[in-house]
Amino acid sequence: MSEPQQKWTETIEDSHSLFDLKLKEVWRYKDLVYMFVKRDFVAGFKQTILGPLWFFINPILTTFVFLIVFSKIANLSTDGAPPLLFYLAGVTLWNYFSSSLTGTSYTFAGNAGIFGKVYFPRLVTPISIVLSNLMRFGVQMLLFIIIWAYYLSKGEVNPNWWILATPFLIVLMALFALGVGMIFSALTTKYKDLNMLLGFGVSLYMYATPVIYPSSSLTGIFKTLSYYNPLTGVFECFKYAWMGVGSFSVTMLGISTIIILILLAIGTVIFNKVEKTFMDTV
Amino acid sequence: MLALKAENISKQYRLGQVGTGTISHDLNRFWHKVRGKEDPYLQIGDANDRATKGDSEYVWSLRDINFEIEQGDAVGIIGRNGAGKSTLLKLLSKVTKPTTGKIYTNGRIASLLEVGTGFHPEMTGRENVFLNGAILGMTRKEIARKFDEIVDFSGVERYIDTPVKRYSSGMYVRLAFAVAAHLESEILIVDEVLAVGDADFQKKCLGKMGDVTKGEGRTILFVSHNMAAVETLCNKGIYLKNGLIQFEGGIKKTIEDYLIPTVQEFQTNSKKICEDIDYLHSDLTIDSIKLNDSDSSYHTLDRGDNSLKFTISGNLKESKKLAFGLTLYDSLHHTKLAICSPGHLSGTVKKFEKGNFTFEETVLLPKNITKGTFKVDISLHEPNIEVFMIVNNNITIKTESIISATGLEFEYDNNGFLILDYGINR
Repeated sequence: MSEPQQKWTETIEDSHSLFDLKLKEVWRYKDLVYMFVKRDFVAGFKQTILGPLWFFINPILTTFVFLIVFSKIANLSTDGAPPLLFYLAGVTLWNYFSSSLTGTSYTFAGNAGIFGKVYFPRLVTPISIVLSNLMRFGVQMLLFIIIWAYYLSKGEVNPNWWILATPFLIVLMALFALGVGMIFSALTTKYKDLNMLLGFGVSLYMYATPVIYPSSSLTGIFKTLSYYNPLTGVFECFKYAWMGVGSFSVTMLGISTIIILILLAIGTVIFNKVEKTFMDTV
Repeated sequence: MLALKAENISKQYRLGQVGTGTISHDLNRFWHKVRGKEDPYLQIGDANDRATKGDSEYVWSLRDINFEIEQGDAVGIIGRNGAGKSTLLKLLSKVTKPTTGKIYTNGRIASLLEVGTGFHPEMTGRENVFLNGAILGMTRKEIARKFDEIVDFSGVERYIDTPVKRYSSGMYVRLAFAVAAHLESEILIVDEVLAVGDADFQKKCLGKMGDVTKGEGRTILFVSHNMAAVETLCNKGIYLKNGLIQFEGGIKKTIEDYLIPTVQEFQTNSKKICEDIDYLHSDLTIDSIKLNDSDSSYHTLDRGDNSLKFTISGNLKESKKLAFGLTLYDSLHHTKLAICSPGHLSGTVKKFEKGNFTFEETVLLPKNITKGTFKVDISLHEPNIEVFMIVNNNITIKTESIISATGLEFEYDNNGFLILDYGINR
């Protein structure tokens, strides 16, 4: 009788490949992603009376404030689109991006308690954050569509076939938030300086993105610079598709896509490198 | 078949705070890496002894650890606080990676460094079972299949649809442990998580873990300071000291090695018997307690030497009647082996006058005692009236046995306390 051949199912080592993302493992933990999304959704509204209605209240109030400040007081152009719809579109998209970005940026810092006690592919956390924000975005998008349909029936907006590209835009935005969020989360595990930047950086970034103004109102150097903001393409394409306004071009969206994919790659690599040891430095 | 193999694993930590000082080290390390050189900070670092003051900013929490674990073994990992036990478990459960070395595993690892990781206070017990199960690596299907079993084991069925923030801490732990106990993994890593929960539940958990190894043939690594639990649950042991493996082997031997003072401690005579008196009557003070003219609490008896002479000197505020008492225990201070109480036995007690006193008593151990390490408790009392002094679990003696005609030595672990006489007409 011979000893059965010794086999190993896994090796834990000090070094590892940067590009080995273990996506297969992430897939195996898909139920955990589901549970995290469910937790965020359910736990957020426990002991509230209005519950998920808060999803609507936030964009409605923000839109009205924008409407008063930027349209009525500051008299900013909306390229001829109904201001209410214009701001609602901006707010809905922006909310998704900013909450995904802030959420993923705190992946390590906010989950140190869990990460320190149990192993699962860390990538699960940022993915679930982006997804649970997507749920919220979906609900808010519904609100947008209802109001959009109202204006459509009045003939005040001119949508076109680019509407079909909306899912692509959303994925692009999600990947952008994920990529940048992962870079921030990884870099802030040891040195917390970037957290300071992130706090006000996100709110300032909104003004660099055509959320409350159309990019057609930009001129000169600002116009050129805005091309390299990956969100410009996304926002302009969205507004062009649904309302037929703005200065959208395919090149713009192409540049956005390339920049986002590069950032995503950088983000995943850094994240992957940090996740193994962050417990020692966080 | 091995379930786990650790090859030269080490873990280095940096002490102090992360700040501007750390970035220069990080840059230097990066610079070395760019040029293809070795990390300069891996060359240095102190051994992990938390009590001493070291020069280096770096310590090795674990250094060059090698071990192999067979499938189906229950391994107890013991050692003092800061010996590297939790670090080892963290490496094994992939929470953090080793600085150097490799760990090979065979089978799914589930680690239980804490119960109730990720429990959300606002969610109900039911929701948390699913959430926690998923975090521990179970699929929803698996959890759903075992759900009734989990709830049954936890004994909190009545509260299962109530948010866990309303639970008592005991109920919380029960539910959390129940989830973990139903993990389907080949290797289970358990940190000291049973310290909570009532005695009844602790027993249930230990029983469950016992089933896991004995019945299901799974491998368990168990860290605990509760030696009784380790001894019942585990069959092998690893004793870590200052980041190194001090002893590895059968669980009983490992625990003894951990609890019994080392040869060094025997020699250095650092601890005196009178430094650790558990109870002292207010009418007397003790200046010194000597065992065979030495005040060290560790004492080795030579072969053939069977007398323990105690000399206790001190001061009495009032005249007292004093008698001596001694209880002999096994090395773990679990089992009482013998007593000596001359005062009770003879009924005569010597009276001491007020002022300084010196009390002497010699206890004779049986000549046919086996070789081993024993604990000795002593006391001063007036039989059935008053107790004046108690010294518990402090004095350790090492004995030699008589050597048999076949050259064999009788050891306590194998042969028990006494070698009995034989024959009728001798």
